Amino acid sequence: MIRMEKIRKIYSTGKVDVEALRGVNLHIKKGDFVTVIGPSGSGKSTLMNIMGCLDKPTTGDYILNGTNIKNLNDNQLSELRNHEIGFVFQNFNLLPYASAYENVEMPLLFAGVGGKKRKQKVEAILNKVGLSDRMDHRPNELSGGQKQRVAIARALVNDPNIILADEPTGNLDSHSGREIMELFVNLWQEGHTIVMITHDPRAKEYTDNFVNITDGKILREELVA
Amino acid sequence: MAEKLNEFMKNMLLIRLFVRELKKERRKIFLTIAGIAWGTLTIILLLSFGQGLSTQMLRGQKGLGNNIVLMFGGQTSMEYKGLPQGRPIRFLDDDVTLLENSIPEIDNITAEYDQWGTVYKYNDKAVTERIRGVSSMAYDDMRSHFPQKGGRFLNNNDMKERRRVIFIGWELKKQLFESEDAVGKTILMNDIPFTVVGVLQKKMQMGMYGGPDANCAVIPASTFRGIFSNYYLSRIIYQVNDIDKSKYVEQQVRRVLSRKKQYHPDDNNTLHFWDTIENAKQTRIAFTGITIFLGVIGAMTLIIASVGVANIMYVTVKKRTREIGIKRAIGAKKSLIKTQFITEALLIDLVGGFIGASISWLIIKAVQSIPQESADFGKNMALQILTNPEFDWTVAISTGIILGLVGLLSGFFPARKAAQVDPMVALHYE
Repeated sequence: MIRMEKIRKIYSTGKVDVEALRGVNLHIKKGDFVTVIGPSGSGKSTLMNIMGCLDKPTTGDYILNGTNIKNLNDNQLSELRNHEIGFVFQNFNLLPYASAYENVEMPLLFAGVGGKKRKQKVEAILNKVGLSDRMDHRPNELSGGQKQRVAIARALVNDPNIILADEPTGNLDSHSGREIMELFVNLWQEGHTIVMITHDPRAKEYTDNFVNITDGKILREELVA
Repeated sequence: MAEKLNEFMKNMLLIRLFVRELKKERRKIFLTIAGIAWGTLTIILLLSFGQGLSTQMLRGQKGLGNNIVLMFGGQTSMEYKGLPQGRPIRFLDDDVTLLENSIPEIDNITAEYDQWGTVYKYNDKAVTERIRGVSSMAYDDMRSHFPQKGGRFLNNNDMKERRRVIFIGWELKKQLFESEDAVGKTILMNDIPFTVVGVLQKKMQMGMYGGPDANCAVIPASTFRGIFSNYYLSRIIYQVNDIDKSKYVEQQVRRVLSRKKQYHPDDNNTLHFWDTIENAKQTRIAFTGITIFLGVIGAMTLIIASVGVANIMYVTVKKRTREIGIKRAIGAKKSLIKTQFITEALLIDLVGGFIGASISWLIIKAVQSIPQESADFGKNMALQILTNPEFDWTVAISTGIILGLVGLLSGFFPARKAAQVDPMVALHYE
């Protein structure tokens, strides 16, 4: 599903060039639950951004579902983000003026899904994450855990091939954190492919597929405690 | 169809969100909309009053006549065929016939006699005013001498049979008859009885010779000659069939009369022309200029207001950087972000424009309804000219075009900036 070959990413900040990724090779199969760990500044986020098609590698090939994203223009990348990828962020990134329902509806609108079908999908997915009674609430009327559920529902609503989560439990108390983690595990068990950046030690209760990244390189691809 | 509906729904949601967000910036939005409304108001009022001014001026000029040229005799300033200079050129009755027969571009032509100091009497009232004798029944169209209801202008039989019929101005009628009906009554003109056949309809008259038509009376030229025994005409008035040919016709008139009256064809002091067609053209040109000028002032105001809209949109882009990033991350294309911001700016402009247009419409209606004392043209000419703003399609279209341009202007640049937001950066933007 995801194949990364010799990915390098160099940021030019005026005079200094920062090499955030120095030749990353990574294979993720359908149905994997991969956890990315590493100290801050190690290049985790850069890796996530490239994986999520928000950014392009400086050199190397990223093949997502058989498509080399090097060859895509901005519109095609937008479509890819819309159809293939679901994002979940540490700080939720919900639209503050939109209700839970509207937040989840948004990707479907961009995808051009018709009215009736859209309604069904949004309701079903909110039901699935256990928020059917909170549909009309705005983000500021929801708890952290509930916000993250809305974000997960938004990530799932377009049936993406892969879910990218960046510290999804980082802003949550331990109880909600556990709930969210369990939700991800459920999704994984249903067959979703999940890539998650996390420091959460609970992660190892659920998956042993770790990617440890340090200084822009992957150290070992398994079993890093 | 379904696709269109979906597109519409999409925009509806975006607009709904926009409106919610705007509630947070109510004051700023209010001021921005007020700015656009004010600009629209200014431009519409300026254009409408300009339009009204121009129409009234042209109407006022029509009061003198409808595409006519008045021709007066002068004197020779060149020797010609042994004849000395300084010879007066005066018109005779048969000059009119000659011009009519030899210049096909002349549609209507009339002789006009003019006499001051005529005493009009009716019952115990007496007024001293002017009298005119005219030879063409088309004088009504040429000199805007249309009768009030119940009366008529002089006709061919009046002319041929030298009838003692008279067509009087409305002021003269008022002085003699007050509110009494005048048509059919007999008045005395220099103690000769005349039957009133019509009263001049009220009109706005800006150009005049001798005095306003309102205080004057008109009788057939044939009758006039019989009474006053004038040998020479006071002037000749003609109407040309093509307003672009008035200069050409003037040359023809000079040429035709030079042979008959034996003056040098290049001697321009022999005949004097008062070309109302040229005047009207110049007025029209002048007022086109004034309208453009007013429009530009209005447009400037509106553009300044649009800078306000652009400014608030820039602020919005800045404030919503993260929101844009989120939308981009979940699959919104650049074009959609752009459309959204342009739509929002247009919305502000449209609401402002609509408010401005409504207020100006009310103002125009209010001004138009100021009673103009429906009489006394001439006396209240200034009021007359000012109280007739016109909101017509030219005004509407110009305002619409300018508003549209302003809307695009105020939306385009912020929208472009919004589309260039890097989602990756924006998501980490606090």
